[in-house]
Amino acid sequence: MSKAGWIRTFVLVAFFGAVEALCRTGVISPKLVIAPSAMVQAMVKLLGSGELNADIGETLSSVGIAMTLSIVGGFALGCVLYWLPPLRRAFDPFLAAYYSLPHFAFYPLLIVIFGLGSLPLIVLATLFAMVAMIMATLTGLDRIPRVLIKTARMQRLSLVSEIWHIRLPAAAPHLFSGLKLAVTYSFIGVIAGEFILSTSGLGHQIAYSYDNFDNPKMYGLILFVLGIATAFNLLVFAYERRLARQRGL
Amino acid sequence: MTEVVARLSDVSRVYPPRAGHAAVHALGPLSLELRKGEFFSVVGPSGCGKSTLLDVMAGLSPPSQGTVEFENRRIDGNVPDGVGVVFQEDASFPWLTVEDNVAFGLRRLGMDAGEVRRRVDFAVGFMGLNDFRRAYPSQLSGGMRQRVCIARTLVLQPRLILLDEPFGALDQQTRLLMGDELLRLWRETSATVMLITHALDEANLLSDRIGVMSARPGRFIDVVETGWPRDRDSRLAERPDFGAVTSRLWSLLRTESMLAMGQGVAAAQ
Repeated sequence: MSKAGWIRTFVLVAFFGAVEALCRTGVISPKLVIAPSAMVQAMVKLLGSGELNADIGETLSSVGIAMTLSIVGGFALGCVLYWLPPLRRAFDPFLAAYYSLPHFAFYPLLIVIFGLGSLPLIVLATLFAMVAMIMATLTGLDRIPRVLIKTARMQRLSLVSEIWHIRLPAAAPHLFSGLKLAVTYSFIGVIAGEFILSTSGLGHQIAYSYDNFDNPKMYGLILFVLGIATAFNLLVFAYERRLARQRGL
Repeated sequence: MTEVVARLSDVSRVYPPRAGHAAVHALGPLSLELRKGEFFSVVGPSGCGKSTLLDVMAGLSPPSQGTVEFENRRIDGNVPDGVGVVFQEDASFPWLTVEDNVAFGLRRLGMDAGEVRRRVDFAVGFMGLNDFRRAYPSQLSGGMRQRVCIARTLVLQPRLILLDEPFGALDQQTRLLMGDELLRLWRETSATVMLITHALDEANLLSDRIGVMSARPGRFIDVVETGWPRDRDSRLAERPDFGAVTSRLWSLLRTESMLAMGQGVAAAQ
């Protein structure tokens, strides 16, 4: 393991060790935080009982749909704006100001429009995540070195071939940053939405246990959500490393 | 009579006015005939339209007036088959290995794998890249990346090679060596080469003829014949008559360069 890896491991172990000790000795009341080992136990028990399978499935499929829509849609819209500069100039201020909006404030409105259930959550998360992908697509396409486009023309490539063999690979690093943001924002959008108002899903279950002082369940679920998000990020990270290695980086 | 490969007749290039900017008359009108198999260099003060000239010759941008012909066919803004360009900037594809970079154009043409291999092997060996076949551009120096770009052009066996200050970003020693390699490439491929450069020594050393351009809008104020043997290399610089050609180029360019600087100052004001 690298030096940084050792430091990281040490910090994590020390932190959880300290929390464990403080909880076990009663310095931290179990009404506030339960011991990390108890969180793990609670999570294992929850997952084992199967009582949350429906919620897990619902949340993950909402996240999956929002993720796909925002990545595919964001990329497509980014391309459209890139090819139509007047349209882009018209929308530029909206895009720039987009993330200063409190998106979640519109969630009740979305419920009014789309009803209770997965749909308003998917819409919320997609709206939240898609613009990051649009902006990354625009940046990626903008940053393609002009000399590569000239090279494509000297190679007498067709437009399709130029896009597939030059523009997309040249823009890939930026597209990938957009993809990572879209993945994260989709998770946040769905789970945070479920927190606010929902009748099922992981976010709802966390909020529900919180309201009922059910600390083991709440912390078990938080740990589980953390685990899924981390696992997903590691997956994306590993794929990104592979892409970077393909460029000899 | 010597065969003409490319012919520019009364070509000029004017960039149309854009928001807040007046139209820019970048080039010409100028005429030029490149003779088959010659090494022609273009020198001129900065901003005189050298790169515009190259873009027009390559078919990357159409002339505003006049005609451009390659092998007796008009090209006017369409890239013809048989012309290759090496740009000043690094144009290697960072996502491909050296050999995939070099093979790029051949694969797009759908050439069979055996022929691709044969040509890539030759070009990679010719440019001294054998030890770096599987390396990525990010692992190479600027000079090596430029060799990759030259090899990528070379495999397509262009009959006219246009070079836009390809060594502009390289250090002096590397430039000299790359110059020798360029001469070797030129001799062995019997292609016609047009090199754009701002280095008078480089133009002198490499060329059969050197077109000297005026300040913007660039026109040829003179074309200097060097008379160097075909079988030459950087040791040419030791010859006593070498300096005379460079001096001649500089005396032609001095006034124009001052004019160009004046344009720069006027533009800044």
